[in-house]
Amino acid sequence: MAFLELRDVHKTFGTNPVLRGINLDVELHQVVCLIGASGSGKSTMLRCINQLETVDGGEIRLGGDRVSGRGIDVDALRREVGIVFQSFNLFPHMTVLANVCLAPVKVLGLSTELAEERGIALLKRIGLDEKAKEYPDRLSGGQQQRVAIVRALAMEPHLLLLDEITSALDPELVGEVLNIVRDLAADGMTMMLATHEMGFAKEVSSKVCFLHEGVIHEEGPPSQIFENPQQDRTKAFVQRIIDAGRL
Amino acid sequence: MRRVGRVLTYRKAATVALLFPPAGVPAMMHSVRAARLAKQGEVESARREGERARDWAWYAVGIGLTVYIVAFVAWLLLANHHAVSRVFFGWSTMTDGSAWWSLLKGFWINVQVFMIAEAIVLVWALVVAVMRLLPGPACRPIRFLATVYVDVFRGVPSLLVIYIVGLGLAQAKVPIVGDFSDVQYAIIALSLTYGAYVSEVYRSGIESVHWSQTAAARSLGLSYSQTLRHVVVPQAVRRVIPPLLNDFIGLQKDTALIGVLGMLEVVSRARFINNSRGTLAAYSMAALLFLLVTIPFTRWLDALIRRQRAKTLAGR
Repeated sequence: MAFLELRDVHKTFGTNPVLRGINLDVELHQVVCLIGASGSGKSTMLRCINQLETVDGGEIRLGGDRVSGRGIDVDALRREVGIVFQSFNLFPHMTVLANVCLAPVKVLGLSTELAEERGIALLKRIGLDEKAKEYPDRLSGGQQQRVAIVRALAMEPHLLLLDEITSALDPELVGEVLNIVRDLAADGMTMMLATHEMGFAKEVSSKVCFLHEGVIHEEGPPSQIFENPQQDRTKAFVQRIIDAGRL
Repeated sequence: MRRVGRVLTYRKAATVALLFPPAGVPAMMHSVRAARLAKQGEVESARREGERARDWAWYAVGIGLTVYIVAFVAWLLLANHHAVSRVFFGWSTMTDGSAWWSLLKGFWINVQVFMIAEAIVLVWALVVAVMRLLPGPACRPIRFLATVYVDVFRGVPSLLVIYIVGLGLAQAKVPIVGDFSDVQYAIIALSLTYGAYVSEVYRSGIESVHWSQTAAARSLGLSYSQTLRHVVVPQAVRRVIPPLLNDFIGLQKDTALIGVLGMLEVVSRARFINNSRGTLAAYSMAALLFLLVTIPFTRWLDALIRRQRAKTLAGR
């Protein structure tokens, strides 16, 4: 039994089937990259895992427990599964530290002092403890995204979902965000990331999944997907990336 | 190519500006000089003169219009051998300390009513707004109820609500609220009316907070109500402060209607003073009392919003 299991997961928006039978196993401490063209279902898949979208068919299991479908405690699930969004989604009316501490205090029931102590420690790790009292709008995009990662980490999740977290950043800010993800991977954090940063995916991931038309068309170690893809569609996709100079 | 190098003399603007000679005459002089210099081929100086003509023409608009409007109002006030100013600003009444004292005592009732009503509205309207936004088919009845309330109390004039609440509840001996005082009825009536208005303001504010904020909060494990309480409502309230203030000023002014319940608030007292003295000056004095509250209130809130913006937004 894998840590995270997706079995024949379906999701349809209106008449548009986005996920058409996803099957995937993620082991603890694995870093799984989802690649594929826009609209192939990467984001939807991540959002289904922490139930920001409800699945229409199939089943998702986390640590052996079913976490999809009716009658589950979504708040309990989301305590275990953090997500970071493309557009940061920091709370603009709160300071950086308040952003980080809100959920630990309100959801985990930590005291404000303890939560702030941990929050500062986390911010220090990413070199932003000096910005603790600033409001998000005063920060650069890269800094905001780093805070968003820390906000998710403050809940001490067992699985972290990263939804194209560098796509909204200026190119020179991408590195500082990816460095954090690299550190997290080295620390053994279980992660799933939807990304267009192919070089990074190749370097950091234990498994790469190529999504095409709502199914995992091909999955394997990065060496297979990027250097020796087995499927024609994967070959064409990788070739386009290489032609664009992105690998 | 069309000619772009010609000299603008602003002759027409200067001609119109002559309606206000103090600015119009200089405008015309510069315009004429611009035309003459242009003819002599002194293009650069001609343009400078043209620009001065334009500046003076704008002064004619800005200063001239103001002067004429103020003069017109002053003429109205002085017309009929100063009768207007006697009626509205009767000197003997306006310098009478006892008249002021009487009005102030009345105004204190208005102040109490609108302060308490505003505090109630602030909370009550939020409750109604959240009721209207509750999700799911299970909550449809309560959404419907909230919608009916808003539709009814926005549609009925506040004067009628004051009559209905203030006279009706007591006459019908309605349980709990049957033996309230007039001031309490006035507060209830205005809270009901303005609660409906303000709930719509809140609702628009809540709906304007992007769903991604909710997604972020929920994904951290916050419940629906925690998300509303800590993430959505604080942002919504900040956004709707200006329209909220608008409705509060409306509420403050509508306390002028509560005298119909028979209490001696500022407008009733003003009417008595006017009736006994054959003037309308007490109305102007009452109006001044309202302004003394609303204008500083508005300025204070503007400053508050500016400070908040400066704190949370970078250079915007």
